[in-house]
Amino acid sequence: MFDLTGKSALITGASGGIGADIARVLHGAGAAVGLSGTRVDPLEALAAELGERAHVLPCNLSDMAAVEALPKQAAEAMGGVDILVNNAGITRDNLFMRMSDDEWQSVLDVNLTATFKLCKGVMRGMMKARWGRIVNISSIVGATGNPGQANYAASKAGMIGMSKSLAYEVASRGITVNAVAPGFIETAMTDKLTDDQKSGIMGQIPAGRMGTPAEISAAVLYLASPEAAYVTGTTLHVNGGMAML
Amino acid sequence: MSDVADRVKKIVVEHLGVEEDKVTENASFIDDLGADSLDTVELVMAFEEEFGIEIPDDAAETIQTFGDAVKFITEAS
Repeated sequence: MFDLTGKSALITGASGGIGADIARVLHGAGAAVGLSGTRVDPLEALAAELGERAHVLPCNLSDMAAVEALPKQAAEAMGGVDILVNNAGITRDNLFMRMSDDEWQSVLDVNLTATFKLCKGVMRGMMKARWGRIVNISSIVGATGNPGQANYAASKAGMIGMSKSLAYEVASRGITVNAVAPGFIETAMTDKLTDDQKSGIMGQIPAGRMGTPAEISAAVLYLASPEAAYVTGTTLHVNGGMAML
Repeated sequence: MSDVADRVKKIVVEHLGVEEDKVTENASFIDDLGADSLDTVELVMAFEEEFGIEIPDDAAETIQTFGDAVKFITEAS
């Protein structure tokens, strides 16, 4: 089950904890993977770990010219893009009343506008192939909101609305567009939390623990698989019951 | 009929699965040939590849009929 042999997957944010694990799992299912991110060293290390069928494609998603070039580079490296995982994301938290235009715009640019451009950039090939999988990594806060994260929450909710609209348009072409919305996951981002903050969070998670990157990549693998052909426009929440949506 | 018109007709017939004699000068892709809006995007993509040209989005919107397509492509290539 979930065999991706012969498929090519482009993963953004592959230098981060969740992105790297998504790349490992899709690669393990047989896909060629394009590893995109801003930091080249971790991408090179991951490519070396994976061996063949792994391609390093550095890209700064705040540079719109670079974003537009990425699907083409990925297609050249892998012969096409069958699966796109928009996983890269940034935060620039601040209280709403103190949030600058730049804090707002930079988060929207990287998280939402780059996702739009990458979806558009891979669509032609997917339409011709009559097969495609797009998995946009949203967040629980896109559904629930979070103090200090008006920009991030707006971008993550925007990804869901965009995914649903695109899912409508291309469903008849064998292309599915879905979102995965992680709750609190053990990554470098959550390592920085204090013990007090962590125990506060744990109190809100029925499962009583944080999730692991592997629990996100399993959801992505499913949505990327041929078996999920009839699942489109949905958001798969992976959050230990923190928000039952 | 010109070579361009023949090639355009072949693409339209294959993509939309219509009879060749339905593809007339004034036949509208959407109103007469059963295309949906995404079909018209795909037709433009197919024209671009067949003729090695680039059809910008604003020009693509003006290509509504078989005749429009032949005219645009003849002028562009």
